[in-house]
Amino acid sequence: MATDIERVSDQFSSSSAVALLGRVPSVDAVGLEERAASLAKRSIKRESKLWALDLAIRCVDLTTLEGSDTPGKIVAMCAKAVRPDPTDPSIPSVAAVCLYPALVPVAVGQLKSTGVHVASVAGSFPSGLGPLPGRLDEIRAAVEMGADEIDIVLNRSAFLAGRYRQAFEEIVASKEACGDAHLKTILEIGELGSYDVIRRASVLAMAAGTDFIKNSTGKIGVGATLPGALCMMEAARDFFHQTGRRVGVKVAGGVRQAKQAIQYLVLVYETLGAEWMTPDRFRIGASTLLNDLLMQIHKERSGAYQGPDYFTID
Amino acid sequence: MMDRLDVRKTYKLYIGGAFPRSESGRSYPVFGADRQLLARPARASRKDLRDAVRAAREAWKGWTMQTAFNRGQVLYRVAELLQGRRAQFVQELRDAGAPEPEREVDASIDRWVWYAGWSDKVHHVLGTVNPVAGPYFNFTFPESMGVVGIVAPETPALLGLVSRLAPAVVTGNSLVVVASESRPLPAITLAEVLATSDVPPGVINVLTGFTRELTPWLASHMDVNAIDLTGVPEDQLDEVEAMTAGNVKRTVRARVDDWFDDAVAQSPYAVTALMEMKTVWHPMGA
Repeated sequence: MATDIERVSDQFSSSSAVALLGRVPSVDAVGLEERAASLAKRSIKRESKLWALDLAIRCVDLTTLEGSDTPGKIVAMCAKAVRPDPTDPSIPSVAAVCLYPALVPVAVGQLKSTGVHVASVAGSFPSGLGPLPGRLDEIRAAVEMGADEIDIVLNRSAFLAGRYRQAFEEIVASKEACGDAHLKTILEIGELGSYDVIRRASVLAMAAGTDFIKNSTGKIGVGATLPGALCMMEAARDFFHQTGRRVGVKVAGGVRQAKQAIQYLVLVYETLGAEWMTPDRFRIGASTLLNDLLMQIHKERSGAYQGPDYFTID
Repeated sequence: MMDRLDVRKTYKLYIGGAFPRSESGRSYPVFGADRQLLARPARASRKDLRDAVRAAREAWKGWTMQTAFNRGQVLYRVAELLQGRRAQFVQELRDAGAPEPEREVDASIDRWVWYAGWSDKVHHVLGTVNPVAGPYFNFTFPESMGVVGIVAPETPALLGLVSRLAPAVVTGNSLVVVASESRPLPAITLAEVLATSDVPPGVINVLTGFTRELTPWLASHMDVNAIDLTGVPEDQLDEVEAMTAGNVKRTVRARVDDWFDDAVAQSPYAVTALMEMKTVWHPMGA
């Protein structure tokens, strides 16, 4: 299938991308949900669980996206990102912090030479409905201030109205505005309605050259669901087989417990394989998840169930 | 004439206001006085216990924030419902081989009412206004501790349970109860009473299973604030007490020979043993 598609470096031209969308196979919803449910039941114990918890921490995008975020809160969050458990140096740093553009300079100052990335939402997050030039300026500004990862949202308004070309070209332009920074495109699957549409949106974003596809802004009721994430992962897998390009997957919105994080890791492993089991290709956007991961690690090591009183508030 | 179909009962756990089976799928046989099989109640696992603690923590905030008067009313209502189920409790205790089932049920209900009454009195009896140097009003008053684990005594299955449970819950603690292992049925019936009462879901959670297996997980759990070790077997006590040190849990243990004796088995100090004293300094004008 890949051979008959005209390719422009890593990206598709808009006409070939729109043509590609027409050939996206429909999704077997019942089978997808069954598979997600059966994979979620897999039991991960002891050493494997500790390994998974460690990987989950390394894949976390520690996130705060509130209008009330202050520089002080960002400083505290960055400290937690670098050393999630101040009493235990064996706990790794998280992958990145994720915040609004105005707070990027604070995070950049805190995270210099720690290896923790600074991810900024941009492009009229969470709706994506500002004027395009303004959205691109916001991306460029965030990159200029030091963000090395940019989370934008898919223009659902255009996409759902069938203006695929516009949605596609906006992502292409956003990717260009990012420069060297990584681009993650949020599909907001809770607003897309069906797995078929999720799959099509995934293909559109990947064809437009995004480095990651992400399921949710965390700003609406329906955030991460296992079948929704599986649908995106299957799209990423098939895209890799067609084009040879590996696109990362990020889940966000309602992943609060270590158990959920492990379920997503199982989905990644079974769908995309070991190649994706790295912070470069898989991320979990979360705020409260990190403490639950820490509590589970302590539980595995000490043999006693843990309580939230003994972990820092984030 | 056709016989009616035998309607058998599944005895389940009581966690967060629901009646789940054990997550592990396990059950264990319980035998009556004449060695006949009475039931196969759920044998709770450590994960059921963990879920129960989570439910209790969740429920604690609302329960402890209710007014003392309101909690007293809610618990008195439980006594009304216990009275309505009197015959069932008597039957279950008799089947299990309790020597004086009627007397035990009556004593349990009376004890429940007695402790319910302490709800809005304990603060007045124990709270103080302290004379201090300096321009301050200084108060000390008791508050609930949080999540309390209760390992109920093996016998008497109902009276022993009620005698330890009622004083713990009346002040606003939420509970995870490990029922009598050999005679769990009255505890399960009590859970059914609680489910139909006004006690909010999760405030009292009841687990049936092996006391020896469950107690260490409860004792070492970092999100449990206090534990009543009355039902812990003598030879396991040292080990369990050492485990409570992890988060400096408060431990209490009743040593009662005659649970019917009000002078020994019921006391306001059973209520205050599971409370925390808080002192407040409030500045006043010179």
